Order: sequence, then structure tokens, then C-alpha cells
Amino acid sequence: MSSKSPMSPKTQERLLYLISPIGLIALWQLLLMAGIGDRRFVPAPSDIAWRYWDMLTNGELETNTLATLWRVLAGFFLGSIPAIAVGLLMAMFRPIRIFFDPLIASLFPIPKIALMPLLLLVFGFGDASKIALVVIAVFFPVVINTYAGAANIERLYWDVAKNYGASQSVIFRRIVLFGALPMIFAGLRIALAVSFIVLVAAEFVSTKVGIGYMIWNSWELMQVDVMFVGIVTVGLLGLIATAILQEIERKVIPWKAE
Amino acid sequence: MPVQRRGAAIDIAGLRREYPGTRGSVVAIDHVDLRIAPGEFLCIVGPSGCGKSTLLRILAGLDRQTAGTITVDAAGWVVENAMVFQESGLFPWMSVEANVRFGLDTRGVPRAEANARVEAALKLVGLTRFRNHFPHQLSGGMRQRSAIARAFVTDPGMLLMDEPFAALDAQNRVILQGELVRLWEQTGKTVIYVTHSIEEALLMGDRTVIMTAHPGRIKQVIDVPFPHPRDLLQLSASPEFGKLKLDIWRVLEEEVNRARAEMEK
Repeated sequence: MSSKSPMSPKTQERLLYLISPIGLIALWQLLLMAGIGDRRFVPAPSDIAWRYWDMLTNGELETNTLATLWRVLAGFFLGSIPAIAVGLLMAMFRPIRIFFDPLIASLFPIPKIALMPLLLLVFGFGDASKIALVVIAVFFPVVINTYAGAANIERLYWDVAKNYGASQSVIFRRIVLFGALPMIFAGLRIALAVSFIVLVAAEFVSTKVGIGYMIWNSWELMQVDVMFVGIVTVGLLGLIATAILQEIERKVIPWKAE
Repeated sequence: MPVQRRGAAIDIAGLRREYPGTRGSVVAIDHVDLRIAPGEFLCIVGPSGCGKSTLLRILAGLDRQTAGTITVDAAGWVVENAMVFQESGLFPWMSVEANVRFGLDTRGVPRAEANARVEAALKLVGLTRFRNHFPHQLSGGMRQRSAIARAFVTDPGMLLMDEPFAALDAQNRVILQGELVRLWEQTGKTVIYVTHSIEEALLMGDRTVIMTAHPGRIKQVIDVPFPHPRDLLQLSASPEFGKLKLDIWRVLEEEVNRARAEMEK
């Protein structure tokens, strides 16, 4: 064992965390440089990076990213806010739970992308149909997690609220909502990933702008490097959005033990 | 100076609580008759399953009896009762101050008055400096102090306490027992204190009700002869206290042996 380690265990863990993706990219680059594989079909990481820079400077990437981001965010908020409300009400009122239970059980397993043709009929080819799809996809994980979080609040807290004279509205605003928050955020994280998944798929066919369109279009034009730029962009957007959500969670749930 | 007793009076008659189950109902308590005077500090002791918590929950309005009556005379008290729960029951998402204020918010106490009362309650239990802490940042003893402050701040006619110090270490328990008795001596509220420790019951209360299990019934009611105000440490070391404890243990020993013999039959 070395007597003085220059790195703290935390730093070591962070490095370890980076080794697998960086290693994979390096291996990929080296194999193609060694002439293994066809660069027309599988571009090297350096090719993708060049293309990325190219698309960033000519504005093409920004236009598509903003279109996708707008649809994701609009759908995410429009879907998750009512889902939180419904989930909390289900936990508080038995009739509401009985009303919504079969709806959720039957609609949740339907692949949401299968609804896209229907939504195109109703909302047309504009942003509305894509946003509606995200709304539907986001609703289910959030409502299920919210309900589970609120329904599993310890009985002790209900007892305290009752003994200290809390009305239904106080129980709702100060006990059920806060007690469910950790699970609500777990649902929101899932919903965030789901909204990118369904949206990119929807953009393949029903629009002329967005990351999904960019990926699909590059397939038709055999621009494999553009395809990878799109895939990397979605990954980065998901990563950043999740990081922001976690930061909000830390602010909103300060009582959550470290 | 004697304690100024000013709390709710309670009259319990023929109280019974049955829980229906798939294999016949379970009788939690039966034939419970008890009169509690205003400002009395009453302790209820018994093994687990004797229904002492059930009795407390019925008094708190969290459960309902199957038969029998409870008459509470809490005239002049805005809040009839406030409970201190075993695991403190502080809301983890509220600061100490917000927790203490909870029972005032729910009753629409005006802001200025609530502020003053919360301030006084925090001071009473010595937690003014910790008002902005969350419960998970406090020790077990501080959490129970907050729970006691939350109960006292509502100025209830009676305090219901369900083994509030059972989860504390021995040292903290002794300290909090002393603090509670002092608070009671200052306020003279009716206190019903459930515990599984006979020593704790004799040390703090005016009377001790001993219950037996299956079904929960009152076995014996003991008038504790020691006057208030009490110095709990000194009292616990006195020969009179030792003798009382011994006498009661003798009675209980007999009860335990009888129950065991019945079980083994």
C-alpha cells in the first residue's frame, strides 16, 4: 500500500466513472484509424465531432435542438402537473382512486408512439400533436409514482394531522403533497427520459424540424455522421435536463437525509 | 407551592373496544372504568397488548370504542386534547418551528398571537436556537422536546402521551422526565401518560393504573403518595419509593405467573 495517495477516494471514483465512456470512444477511434470498419457507415468520433462543430456554426443544430426542447418542456409540464394533482387526489379520496385505477391500468401499457397517427388527425402536423404525445407519455409514470408516494405516507402523520385539528385542505397542502414529494421526483425523472424517447420517435415521421427529424433525414440521405450528431445531442439534452431536475429536487426537498 | 390544577375532567365508563377479524374479533380493552380529575397526572402501565394505547387513541379521537362512554369536561378549553406520539411524529418536511406552530395554524390562531406562543413554547423546551432545523438534524431527545412543545403550545385541556420517552437512551429519559414533570407542575394540565415502565409511572404520576392483557382490563389503581413538586432523582433513590415499587412488583409477579401458567396449559 502506498503511504501517500495523491487522490482522494472521491476523485478516484470520479475518474473511474469517466474511464468506461472515454475508453470506449478511444477504442472506437483507434479501430477505425487502424482501417478496421468502413468509415462511410461507421464514422469515427473525430468525424462526428467535426460535423458537430460544423452544424453548430451554421445554426442547423440549434434550430432543431430548440424545436425538440420546446416540445419536450411544454409536454413535460402540461403532463406532469395534472398527473401530480390526480395522484394526490387518488391517495386522499377512495372514489377518485376507484375511478382512475382501471383507466391507468388499461392505458399505461399502450405504446404511446402508437397514438401518433391519431394525434396527427386531431392536432395536425404542427407542434401540438407532438406536445400532446409527450403529455400522454409523461402522465402515467408521474401519476403512478405520486399516488404511491402519497398512499405510503406513514399512518403516524395522518394521526398527528387529525389530532391537531387539520382540515382536508391542510392535510392535502401540508402533509400529502410534501410526504409524496420524494416519490414525485422519482416519477419526474422517469417522465423526463420517457418524453425524449417518445418525442424523438414522433419527430421521425411527422415534422420537418427537430432532432428526430434530423436523425431520420440523415438516414435517408446516408449522412451517418449527422445521425450520430443527433443521437449525441439527445443524450446530452437528457443528461443536462436530469442534472437540473436533481438540483431542483435538492432545493425542494431539503429534509431528505443525505 | 402546590400545583394549580386546571385541566379537563374525564369520566370513562364501561369502555370496550373490539377489532373485528377473520377468525373472530379481538377484544383490545374491556370493562374500563376510570374517573380522572382536573389537572391530574395519571399514568397507565401494562404489558404490550393490554390496550393502553387503544385507550389513549380513543381519548385522542383517533379510534372509536365499541361500547361504553367517555365524558370529557373541557369547558373553557379551546383545544380539548393534544397528543405526544411515541416516535415524536414530527413532520420531517417542516422545521422545528413549523412543526410547533402546526396546531395553531390548523385552528386559525392570528399570526401575531401564534408567533408569541410559538416563541414561548420553544423557550420552554430550550429549542429557540434550533427553530430552523429539520427533525432529522436533531437528537432523539430534542425531537421529543419539539413534540412536547407542539402539544403545549395549543394549550390543551389534557395532554395524551403515548410512551413518549421509550425510544430515548436512559440518560435523556431521566432528563426529559424531570422536564415534563416541571412543565406539568407549572401548568397543572390533565396528563394521561402511557408507559410500560412501572418505575416511570410511579415517579411522575399522581395515580398509576395497572392494566393486564388479553383482554385489556384495569387490574389495580394505585394512589402514589408522594407530593408535588417532586425531585425525581431524589425520589427515585428514597426508601419509600423503593418499597412502593417492590409492593407493586409483588402484585404483578403473581399476575405474570398466572398468565404464564394459563399460556402453558
